[in-house]
Amino acid sequence: MAYLVLIGTRKGLFTARSDDRRHWSVDGPAKLDDDGFTAVAEIYAAACDPTTGRVLVGASTFFGPSIWHSDDHATTWSEPENAPMAFPQDLPYRPLDFSDTAGIDQPDAEQTNTVKRIWQLAFGPGQRVWAGVEPTSLWTSDDGGHHFTFNQALWDHPQHTTWASGAGGPAVHTIVPDPADPRTLTVAISSGGIYQTHDDGQTWDGITAGITVDYAPDETPESGQCIHKVTRDADGTLFVQSHGPAYRATKPDGGWTNISQNLPSNFGFAMVAHPTQAGTVMAWPVGESMDRTPPDHRISAWRTTDAGDTWNPWGTGLPTEPYFGTVMRDGACTDGATDPGWYFGTRCGDVWAADDQTGEWHLVAAHLPDVLCVRAMETP
Amino acid sequence: MTIDVKLPAALASECGGARHLNVDAPPDATLADVLDQIAATHPRLGRRLRDEAGKLRRYVNIYIGDEESRRLQGLDTPVDGHDIQILPSIAGG
Repeated sequence: MAYLVLIGTRKGLFTARSDDRRHWSVDGPAKLDDDGFTAVAEIYAAACDPTTGRVLVGASTFFGPSIWHSDDHATTWSEPENAPMAFPQDLPYRPLDFSDTAGIDQPDAEQTNTVKRIWQLAFGPGQRVWAGVEPTSLWTSDDGGHHFTFNQALWDHPQHTTWASGAGGPAVHTIVPDPADPRTLTVAISSGGIYQTHDDGQTWDGITAGITVDYAPDETPESGQCIHKVTRDADGTLFVQSHGPAYRATKPDGGWTNISQNLPSNFGFAMVAHPTQAGTVMAWPVGESMDRTPPDHRISAWRTTDAGDTWNPWGTGLPTEPYFGTVMRDGACTDGATDPGWYFGTRCGDVWAADDQTGEWHLVAAHLPDVLCVRAMETP
Repeated sequence: MTIDVKLPAALASECGGARHLNVDAPPDATLADVLDQIAATHPRLGRRLRDEAGKLRRYVNIYIGDEESRRLQGLDTPVDGHDIQILPSIAGG
């Protein structure tokens, strides 16, 4: 078995390949387009479909955002002739910024909504592709990621008046399909909250209540929270890294359980569940909101095997000297194997991989531009 | 009349490597009319230049003759037989 890692950075896509998850060959920045301007594009989103081998990359370029696909394991790339997605121009403009009218539609505005950046791509059951986009919106493709349809129901959710921008922009940044139920999907918005559908995106329930905030007078709002990442374990339990604590819920409408007590901090972005082992999750904490570096200035991955009741630093081989690069919300993943490899990259441009069995971190790549997303899969 | 549209190297592959496009346009054509014609025959080039609202992308500059279109009437500027040159302003450190 071989392994392919897609590394999206602030300046282009890099790929890494290995036969043993220890020794890696790295290429990049990739020229997704024939003229090469994507080599300096921001790559926030990448996705792998192990069933078909297709990989997708969302790039934000000087010439606007677009989505490229490859069916030969990231060797050659193609892009649709027409725009993969375009906002309906009859929608009123919705500012999702730091203004007084954030989240409130402006029907009299001359401005309209346009796709700014693709934050998340995710394959669901049946090769459906979901895209999370800035401004805060969700899109669906049933042709492998060539053309996407705007999800009006989430856009119209009554809680949209509480949505605004995080520091990086307002977006649906997390999409969590349910492999057992193609009609169920969980998405996260920053800032906005967590929403879930059980009818293929026709209706959405806000499921954020119970997640606390420390940056507003109301510490337990129904919505508007700054959710950083949601991941789903093999039994369907949801794990959340919020702007404040980490949480878990087996049934979110029954409330969330704080699982940060044994982490080195409340704060962080990336959180990834083991693909087959329920209750096992990896997190990459950040010191605190006002000190956005790794705790104690040492890079580390923290792991729970009991759904967050206990956490421990996991693995060997990471640098022991001071390290100041954090792991961004999509900067970590597994390759989805039954005996998975774990991967993460930092804002210092370093990427590591480790076998689940050995816990030995091996350097995949170093000194890249800051890493925005990492996705991996097994390849033949 | 025929308008000569000069393309930057960064977009040449959208037209099979050509650095010039000849666009037939009526005498009263505006810049938007010319870009509409380009988008009709080269949709990917069209969306590189303008977003779905029809606005010029931030880093795309289009000169009509010697003047940058934003300093004229933007997309409503009459082309008036001038050559058009597309120049991206690639920015950032």
